[in-house]
Amino acid sequence: MSSVLYDVPGPRQRRLTLIISLLATVLVAVGAYYLIYLPLDEKGQFSMDLWGPLIDPSNENFTLVWERIWVGIENTLIAAALAIVASLIIGTLLAVLRLQLKSLAGRRYAGLSAPVAYLLRGLGSGLAVLTRVCVEVFRGLPVVITIFFVARGLPEFGVTLETLWYLVIGLTVYNGVVIAEILRSGMEGLPFGQREAAVAIGLSPFQTTTLILLPQSFRIMLPALISQLVVVLKDTSLGFIISYEETLNIGKQIIGVLSNPIQVYFVIAVLFILVNYSLSKLAQYVQKRLARGRKTANLPAASEVAAPIDAGAAV
Amino acid sequence: MSVWVDKFDVFAGGFWLTLQICVLAAIGALVLGAVVAVLRISPVPPLRALGTAYVTIFRNMPLTVVMFFSAFALPALGSNADFLRIPGLELVFTRLGTDLPYFRFALIALTLYTAAFVCEALRAGINAVSPGQAEAARSLGLTFTQNLRYVVLPQSWKASIVPLGSVIIAMIKNSALIGFFGVVGDLSQSADQLTSAEGYAFIPVAIGISIGYLIMTVPLGALLDRIERRQAVAAR
Repeated sequence: MSSVLYDVPGPRQRRLTLIISLLATVLVAVGAYYLIYLPLDEKGQFSMDLWGPLIDPSNENFTLVWERIWVGIENTLIAAALAIVASLIIGTLLAVLRLQLKSLAGRRYAGLSAPVAYLLRGLGSGLAVLTRVCVEVFRGLPVVITIFFVARGLPEFGVTLETLWYLVIGLTVYNGVVIAEILRSGMEGLPFGQREAAVAIGLSPFQTTTLILLPQSFRIMLPALISQLVVVLKDTSLGFIISYEETLNIGKQIIGVLSNPIQVYFVIAVLFILVNYSLSKLAQYVQKRLARGRKTANLPAASEVAAPIDAGAAV
Repeated sequence: MSVWVDKFDVFAGGFWLTLQICVLAAIGALVLGAVVAVLRISPVPPLRALGTAYVTIFRNMPLTVVMFFSAFALPALGSNADFLRIPGLELVFTRLGTDLPYFRFALIALTLYTAAFVCEALRAGINAVSPGQAEAARSLGLTFTQNLRYVVLPQSWKASIVPLGSVIIAMIKNSALIGFFGVVGDLSQSADQLTSAEGYAFIPVAIGISIGYLIMTVPLGALLDRIERRQAVAAR
C-alpha cells in the first residue's frame, strides 16, 4: 500500500533511515519523559497508593475494586449485546420495509376501483416519506441526545423502565437506522441481474428481498456491520449520563472513594482498547476472507458472461 | 410551545456554542489528522509505529474516556490548556478565553479523538490513488515528499472528501457530549437545563434541540450524498 510511495532503500538511504529512526525515537522518548512522565511523577501519580488497588493483588482494595469493575464490564456487555441484537432486527426490518415501499411506488393497482387504488398509492408513498424522515432524523441526531431524550421523554408519557432499557432503546434507535442504511446500500449495490433472475423464476417482491437480496447484502456488508458493533460497544459508555452502572460509571464510583482518576481511567481505556481492537481486527479478517471468496467465485462467471448492464452497478 | 419564543436566545446561544466548538475541533482535527496520516505512511519505522499507535488508541477508546482523561490528566500534567488562549481567536470564540477550562478540555478531547478518524479517511484516500501513479512518480525520480506533494495528495483529496465529510458529521454529533462534561450553554446542556432546572415541557425543548443539531448534520449529509453520487457517475 504505502510502500508504493518510496523506493526500496539503498545503502545510503538505509543509513539515513536508521539515523532518522534513532533520532525520532530519542526525541519521542525525551518528549514523553519531560512532558508526561516528570510532571506526573512530581504530582505523585505513579505512587503505589494510587495504582495499588488496581494492579497489586495484595492490596486490601484489589478484590473489591476488580469485583466492581467486573460488574461494570458485565453491564456494558449486556447493554451492548441487547442493543446490537435489537438494532440488527430493527435495521433489517426497516431496510426491507424501505425497499418494499420503493418497489410499491410505481405500482398502479390496476385491478382495484379508483378510490381504493389512490388510497393504497397514497399510503405507500406516505409511508415511504415517513420512513425516510425517520432515518434522516435519527441518523442526524447525536446518540447522546437520543439516549437523553429517551431517558427523559419516556417517563413523561408514563413509561418508567430500568436505566438499562433507556440505554438500549436509545442505542437501538440510532444504530438500527444506521444498520438499515448499511443493509439497504448493500442491497441496492447488488448487480441488477440478481433481482431480475428472482422475478423471472416467479418470486414475489417480498421473497426477492428476503431470499435473494438480504442474505447477499448481509454477506457483503459484514465488515461494516462488525465495525458498527465497535461503535455500539463504545457508545454504551454514554450510559453514565443516565447513571446506568456500566464500566465508566463504576470507574467514577471507584474514583469517588479512592480518588485516583488517572489510574482508573487508564485501566478502563486499556480494557476498551483491547476489546475494540480485537473486534476491528476481526472485521479486517472477515473483509479479507470475503474479498478472497468473491474473487475466486467470480472468475469463471466473468469470462463466460459479458455483463454490459451491471459493470458500473457492481460494488 | 412558548419555550421557543421565551428561550429563543438559549437555543440560538447553544447552537452558536456547538458550532464554535465544531469549527475549532474540525480545524484542529484536520491539521492533527493530516500530521498523523503523514506519520503513518512515512518511510521511518518509529514514526510509522507512532502514527499507528495513535490511531489504534484513539479509535478504540470511547470519546467519553478521552474527555475524562483530558479533564483529569491535563490538570495533573500541570496544564490548564492555557495555550489555547490564542489572542486573535479569543475575540471570536469567546469561550477559549474563560477562566473555566472545560471548554478547552472538551475541545482538546474532541480534536484528539477526531484526528484518528481524519487520519484514516486521508489514508483511505491515499490508498484509492492507483499505485501506478506513485510508481510513475518514483520512476521519474521524485522523492517521497515530492511524490506526496505533487502526485499522490492532489489526487487522493478527491477520494478523501466523502469519508472526511462523514468524519466531520460524526464529530458534530459527538460534540453533544461536551454538555455533560461541564461545558455550560451548548445545545445538549441547554436541553438538560431547560427541561430539568427550568421545568419547561419536554417535547418542545426536544424538538428545538433536535432541530439545532439537524440543521448542522442533515444538509452536510445531503451534500456528501450528492458529491458521492457525482463521483460514482464520473468514475463509471
